[in-house]
Amino acid sequence: MADRATRFVNPVDERIGTKIVLTSIGGLYLAFFLFLPLVAVFIEAFRNGAASYWEALVEPDAAAAIRLTLLVAAIAVPLNLVFGVAAAWAIAKFEFKGKAFLITLIDLPFSISPVISGLVYVLLFGSHSVLGPILKSYGIEILFAVPGIVLATVFVTFPFVARELIPLMQDQGSGDEEAALSLGASGWQTFWYVTLPNIKWGLLYGVLLCNARAMGEFGAVSVVSGHIRGLTNTMPLHVEILYNEYNMAAAFAVASLLAALALVTLALKTLLEIRFGAGNAGGRH
Amino acid sequence: MEVTVSNVTKEFARFPALNDVSLDIRSGELIALLGPSGSGKTTLLRLIAGLDQPTNGKILFGREDASHKSVQERNIGFVFQHYALFRHMTVADNIAFGLNVRPSSTRPPKAEIRKRVADLLEMVQLSGLEKRYPNQLSGGQRQRVALARAMAIEPRVLLLDEPFGALDAKVRKELRKWLREFHDRTGHTTVFVTHDQEEALELADRVVVMSQGKIEQVGSADDVYDKPGSPFVHRFIGEASELPVRVENGEVWLDDRTVGLKADGAAEGPSSLFFRPHDIEFLSGCGGCFDGVVVGSRRLAGARRLELELGGSQYRVEVDVPVDHPAALRSQINFRPKHWQLFSRSV
Repeated sequence: MADRATRFVNPVDERIGTKIVLTSIGGLYLAFFLFLPLVAVFIEAFRNGAASYWEALVEPDAAAAIRLTLLVAAIAVPLNLVFGVAAAWAIAKFEFKGKAFLITLIDLPFSISPVISGLVYVLLFGSHSVLGPILKSYGIEILFAVPGIVLATVFVTFPFVARELIPLMQDQGSGDEEAALSLGASGWQTFWYVTLPNIKWGLLYGVLLCNARAMGEFGAVSVVSGHIRGLTNTMPLHVEILYNEYNMAAAFAVASLLAALALVTLALKTLLEIRFGAGNAGGRH
Repeated sequence: MEVTVSNVTKEFARFPALNDVSLDIRSGELIALLGPSGSGKTTLLRLIAGLDQPTNGKILFGREDASHKSVQERNIGFVFQHYALFRHMTVADNIAFGLNVRPSSTRPPKAEIRKRVADLLEMVQLSGLEKRYPNQLSGGQRQRVALARAMAIEPRVLLLDEPFGALDAKVRKELRKWLREFHDRTGHTTVFVTHDQEEALELADRVVVMSQGKIEQVGSADDVYDKPGSPFVHRFIGEASELPVRVENGEVWLDDRTVGLKADGAAEGPSSLFFRPHDIEFLSGCGGCFDGVVVGSRRLAGARRLELELGGSQYRVEVDVPVDHPAALRSQINFRPKHWQLFSRSV
């Protein structure tokens, strides 16, 4: 008893049994819901061997879907990068009327179903809308074409960069910017040499998340795309078509590529963090 | 460079932060803006810098109206309370920033910038730390880098916002002395904001005491300490004991007795008597003086502070006695302030 009374017990520590139970629950949960599905995708993809895997990817419709997905991401991500930085800048550094409303508006794509986001564009640009026929008479196709897919993707991925930056920039305040201005820097120089380096890690993270979602978006794109093979099918849509045709191996091959793109994105982010994060990112002072 | 603040008012969302403030800052002067938080001292500094625009009034640099000039055009050196050093830049890059962002026509050549940085680092006694990042420096070192960075652009006026606010007491004292020497050497017109009266009195040529968006008094350390212009200044700077008295026939009265203080020239009627707890003389026997009963006693660093009840426990004042003074609880003490100040209460 005496021994027990004198032994120091860390107040935030748990007993060994509790530790094992809690850790196992966490581990099993991760394995079951994250790791297992991911592994299953790759196993299914390679079921018929590497040759047929490769074939499924270079097949013209699949290749077109991959190209379209990359194109859409290449347009949507830079747009939201610029919009996101501008919105976060405005919200974090200035006081103005309607700020709360703007923040709610930015969150809108998060809170409504992607299918509805897609339907909004159908209502706006469809053949029964006001805008659609006018644009069509000038030969501009929005719906069931690449522009519609880009619009839907931009809408759905809008909040990622802004959401990542707003708390960061609010926390950092305007002190550094004011210092730069007092030293004679112009607004642009201040942004480029002071603000941007201060937010680069948050920005990178937001861009990576935005990119992952842009490539993976299904719901909104599905509504506006029209599913024209080789023309308006993105990778997620192509996976669905193959799946509905019971072409499992090909479906999983494309799916695995999509998953691989996401994994590469995450790996890249982690690598950058390890490489530069510790050294000169500097942290707050 | 003289700076003139002329009838400046600043409102934030209809709440006046500064109310019709005027101030002349002489060239080469080291001046302190002193006041409690919310007194408007930082607002005034930011208006001089051009980081905020006044709602009304003018700010002149020399003879030129700078009110509508941007912060970049004013060419001021501003040292921020939390330094605002650029954390992704080395010390050398931080100091060179103001020179590097100049358009190529006025930007000094690279070698000269490097030399200027080295000179400034030597001036702030940080030579050898060029390659460090801000988070590798102590608070006092960061403060000096911030100062060197502000000095690099050869500002017309140096403005410091609570320059020692985030430092511990010892470093604060060292830097205070150092800043005074630095100012004497460079001769820059310097304005600094502080809520620390000791810092203001020790460091500044003149102290501007502020309260609730107004200037209460401007004067040398001697002026504001020995001749406070208002009850606020007396309470805010140094220690103050105060008693509600009455002036009648050129004499100071507490209730129905005179206390042996001549009030020549003071307005007749109800008044507040202010004095410093340590600036008193003790008397034996009381034919016209304050007659107090000791009700409390605290040890200060170099003295003992007694709390006294006067006028049949109506009033309480504090006086300082030597540490070895035999004053016991409930014992009587007769005293009279050596220096005092009367502020009329009849409005």
